[in-house]
Amino acid sequence: MITFAKWAVPLALTFLSALSAMAQKTASQGIDEYRAMLADGNPAELFEAKGEDLWKKVRGPKNASLEKCDLGKGPGVSKGAFVELPRFFADTQRVQDLESRLVTCMEALQGFDGADITKTPFGRGEQINVTALATWIASESKGQRFNLSQNHQQEKTFYEVGKRLFYQRGGTHDFSCASCHAEEGKRIRLQDLPLLSKSPGDGVGFAAWPAYRVSNGQMWGMQLRLNDCYRQQRFPYPGFGSDATIALSTYLGVNAKGAVSVAPALKR
Amino acid sequence: MADPMRIRAQAAGDKTTVRVLMSHEMETGQRKDAAGKTVPAWHIQEVTATHNGKSVLSAEWGTAVSKNPFMQFVIKGAKVGDKIAVTWKDNKGDTRTDEATVT
Repeated sequence: MITFAKWAVPLALTFLSALSAMAQKTASQGIDEYRAMLADGNPAELFEAKGEDLWKKVRGPKNASLEKCDLGKGPGVSKGAFVELPRFFADTQRVQDLESRLVTCMEALQGFDGADITKTPFGRGEQINVTALATWIASESKGQRFNLSQNHQQEKTFYEVGKRLFYQRGGTHDFSCASCHAEEGKRIRLQDLPLLSKSPGDGVGFAAWPAYRVSNGQMWGMQLRLNDCYRQQRFPYPGFGSDATIALSTYLGVNAKGAVSVAPALKR
Repeated sequence: MADPMRIRAQAAGDKTTVRVLMSHEMETGQRKDAAGKTVPAWHIQEVTATHNGKSVLSAEWGTAVSKNPFMQFVIKGAKVGDKIAVTWKDNKGDTRTDEATVT
């Protein structure tokens, strides 16, 4: 027993110093480490594979694939499309984001009922496929820099409307997007919040969605991200692919100009 | 039919690191749905891996494994071009096998 006590003291001391070293690490550093550990096996890859398969697969009432879908860079071009969306499309005469454009393609090429998909809740039916497709399209532009067009008048209008929506306060908590995302160093619990009123930097904010959320095991596109932001603000849910969500996306996307896309990313 | 797995096998010296992502709900049987009914358990029970047809890993999994699980293991003696196959079987009898080539 005496010999045990001799080395037990230094052992206890090393243990304590190890503990204090751990305490010096900030919470966000800890979360970053956790993310780095998970990033190696990001389940978003499963959705990427599914999306790629869906893009090439013959489906729908018209028995067609999406390989002729024009995401803004010409029919069938998937590379580089993500970092230029939302943009104005001449055929639909409106500004569209990735997800609403995919629904347009599914309707025009494959014969699906676009209005029906729009009404489907996230994570059900064809919405699952829209998210998977968006994940794959985003992955095709991984590492590229955001460069949204502001040439068309509608694109400028959507940016301005998005900016107003960003600062518009309302709901039971009198919240706006800007309440949390227009200042440096804000956080919700332990999650650092990106500053979205200007470019938040590479792979942050708009440049990180679609993302896989480990906490609920779900793949989220930008539409669901915005929808849930509004839920947290106690606003009514915005419609899927609505002008409001696309305007907000345009505002975030234009602000993110030059930022490198890391989507599909991994979130807590 | 279950969605495909993503398998990567990278050789470094005589060791090969195999990384596997599986697509599975992994329902524990402990959760209740919106109507208050128990969501039945649905999870992977058996995982096996082979290297050129020879068994190198077998595992029994339960409900504690996360949704869309990630598994990594190291095998010795595999060479570039060798085949690594991974199979899972769940408690509903559904099974899926995918193969990758060592790079």
